[in-house]
Amino acid sequence: MAFVAFGSQAPTKEQGPSKTGRAALFLLLPGLFYLALFFITPLVSLIITSLKAPSATGAIGRYDFGLEFGNYVYAVTQYAPQIFRSFSFAILATVIALAISYPIAYFIAVKSRNRPLLKGILLTLVVAPFFISFLLRTFAWKQIFSNDSLVVNVLKDIGIFGADSYIIGTNFAVVFGLVYNFIPFMTLPIYANLDRLDLSLVEAGSDLYASPSKTFRKITLPLSLPGVISGTLLTFIPISGDYVVASRDFLGGPDTAMIGNVVEANFLRIQDYPTASAISVMLMATIVVLVSAYVRRSGTDDLL
Amino acid sequence: MTRFSLGKYLLPTYVFLTFLFLMVPIGYTFVFSFNDSIKSNIIWRGFTLDNWLNVCDQADVCGAFGNSLLVAVTATTVSTVLGTMIAIALVRYRFKFRSATNLLLFLPLATPEVVMGAGLAAQFLDFGWTKGLTTVIIAHVMFTLSFVVVTVKARVATLDPALEEAGRDLYASPMQVFWKITFPLLLPGILSAAMLAFALSFDDFIITQFNSGSVDTFPKFVYTAASRGIPPEANVVGSFVFIVAIAIVIAVQVRSAMKKRKLLSK
Repeated sequence: MAFVAFGSQAPTKEQGPSKTGRAALFLLLPGLFYLALFFITPLVSLIITSLKAPSATGAIGRYDFGLEFGNYVYAVTQYAPQIFRSFSFAILATVIALAISYPIAYFIAVKSRNRPLLKGILLTLVVAPFFISFLLRTFAWKQIFSNDSLVVNVLKDIGIFGADSYIIGTNFAVVFGLVYNFIPFMTLPIYANLDRLDLSLVEAGSDLYASPSKTFRKITLPLSLPGVISGTLLTFIPISGDYVVASRDFLGGPDTAMIGNVVEANFLRIQDYPTASAISVMLMATIVVLVSAYVRRSGTDDLL
Repeated sequence: MTRFSLGKYLLPTYVFLTFLFLMVPIGYTFVFSFNDSIKSNIIWRGFTLDNWLNVCDQADVCGAFGNSLLVAVTATTVSTVLGTMIAIALVRYRFKFRSATNLLLFLPLATPEVVMGAGLAAQFLDFGWTKGLTTVIIAHVMFTLSFVVVTVKARVATLDPALEEAGRDLYASPMQVFWKITFPLLLPGILSAAMLAFALSFDDFIITQFNSGSVDTFPKFVYTAASRGIPPEANVVGSFVFIVAIAIVIAVQVRSAMKKRKLLSK
């Protein structure tokens, strides 16, 4: 039905997006209504839940409506180390992932530009990790770095590690796992941006006797900044809420818990929904501030 | 001279080593799918094809894999239809609340999964809905929808409206214009959007864990099994999915390369 309306009202080429009216509504409403119902109202539910008070009956997992702003104070004081750790890990892993990914994206987009076969292979390899469950990949690292593994034993033999040193459960292991899992998320947006880079601008730089490094700093890097920003958002946001890598069953230990681990434990294990919700609301608020700073810079049409 | 050789060899060497690093856990998972293990799959005990031939001996792995397929197929179908409609509207029509619409579509991409998962779970709790396959599918349609919009939108933008106009000039009904002209031209974009949605849904863990109740999907099975050791059958499923996905990607690339060559030779 919607498509019928679309066919009859499609604008001509010169007009661009111009026609308005019922056709657009028919196309938009089902999807937007879905998002309103299952994305927006859940966020409202989260805020309402974060303010609930323990049930008067005292039953576990039962809460009454309330305005308990104290839940937020409790969450922050109780879980300050985890909150701080999450953002430190997320910033550190994002910066490392950027350093690793930029040269790869540059090589694929610029150096392989005239070699479609090589480019195709490299792009396939970048997305290849997506095709195997990230839980299996993370667990593979756990086994590779486990206490009796080849890697740890070699490090002990050559004297870098002491007899009781270990990798799994340390901050290093968690950041390592986060970086590994999110390299493709950083590489792809930077690649997409550099792929459109006009090489004649780079040539112009060298024609004017700029050194290669100066050309890179003054031309390539500034032009690729939008790609760097979206890569950074695509990496930082999921990392800040991740709880698989830092889990004790994967690469984490007793002192590596992040915000996600706190939310998981409170929501799914001890059924302290208000605390879990309060932390989620604060995480979401932080992300919204970050994203709106980005929107103010570039507007909403470039978002999608 | 030094700078020249550095530029020439340093970057390719770096790229090669990084790709090797990216492949390490994939190779590890694949190799250990052939491990003749007894209970947990940590130490190499020898080569066997048994895990591959009798995957469903681990009934949990097989059942979870089946659930993941069911969820991914259903969620992908719904979100591809809804997302394609939105993508067409965004490119072709001017309407009020455009920036609000853009923002509503962008926000799910910018929200940590744990927030979406906990939010939906809180809502289902308020509604009194029992968590199960239905709630997982609802959740997966929600978080894949925006990815579909982004992917199809790029394809709609390359479409020449003059083609549809030509159809109308030749007295094609709006239905015919859509199914004979617009849809076939959009199909590559719609297919890649569907593949992306399928991959995201199939691999999703965090949102699923919050909204699945007692239902196991494949990633959820792996997460739960991790505390006592992941059975090699899980590696088999992971490796199998990987091989199928890579085969599809290669087939698509070869096909488009052949098309290009055909066009050039004409």
